[in-house]
Amino acid sequence: MIVYQYIAEALFYAFVALTFMGGFMAIRSKLLMHAVLGLAVSLFGVAGLYFYLGSPFLTMMQILIYVGAVCIIIVLGVMLGNTPDQLAIKNLTRGNLPLALVACTTGFVALFIATVTRTEFVKSSEHIGDMSIQFVGENLLFQYCLAFELISVILLTAIIGAIILARDGREEKTS
Amino acid sequence: MISANLYTYLIVAAVLLVIGLYGMIQHRSLIGMLISSEFILNGAALNFMAFNRFVAPNPAVGQIYALFIMGIAAAEAAIAVSIIIAVYRKFQSEDPEEVQDMKN
Repeated sequence: MIVYQYIAEALFYAFVALTFMGGFMAIRSKLLMHAVLGLAVSLFGVAGLYFYLGSPFLTMMQILIYVGAVCIIIVLGVMLGNTPDQLAIKNLTRGNLPLALVACTTGFVALFIATVTRTEFVKSSEHIGDMSIQFVGENLLFQYCLAFELISVILLTAIIGAIILARDGREEKTS
Repeated sequence: MISANLYTYLIVAAVLLVIGLYGMIQHRSLIGMLISSEFILNGAALNFMAFNRFVAPNPAVGQIYALFIMGIAAAEAAIAVSIIIAVYRKFQSEDPEEVQDMKN
């Protein structure tokens, strides 16, 4: 193994660590704004994992759409939603901590057993195309045209719906 | 080479799902639940990309599905944030314990 492969492995560990640390920051922080920051860090780590899966295009899209757009929308929601102070300071509840721990541990162990020890994944024998943007674009516009049109309609509906939902009732706010 | 192994990505995606689940149970505000749902969606997209890289015959399908999930997540975040703002105007609260009736 040459030295570049060691550097690549170290960077992979760094991205995985970024993903996990962002996640723990998002679920353990008292302030909502810190949770959004943790979400952004974690999504950045997932973007790095996409790069290791061979798709620089999805890496860019992940940074652009998730880190750039979704996190900004959630930040706007945090600031516009005007969370009450005691809820914003003490964001997490302690009441159902055993329930949460049991659910998460059971789910993870079940998934781990099901995927790692019980399932044999067979690599497909024939391959077509490559990971290039050109191939993705041709597939998206010819064979998987329905997904393309569907996501366009969904985004248009979401824009109109968000405007209608958030627009009215602004003047009747009392406090 | 741990970065060229399918199980590594599956375990990372499972941890993302578990993080989202834990946050969904533990957070007391609607925005916190929205943040947690983004983790669950990301775990699903990472699974699609991992199988696309190591198992699937056509390497474009997983990328298209991951893009689809990103679009769904963006639309869902926009709708959810506007609903949260509308709910806050009605109830003056973001606590899901208090927002229970759908009247007025």
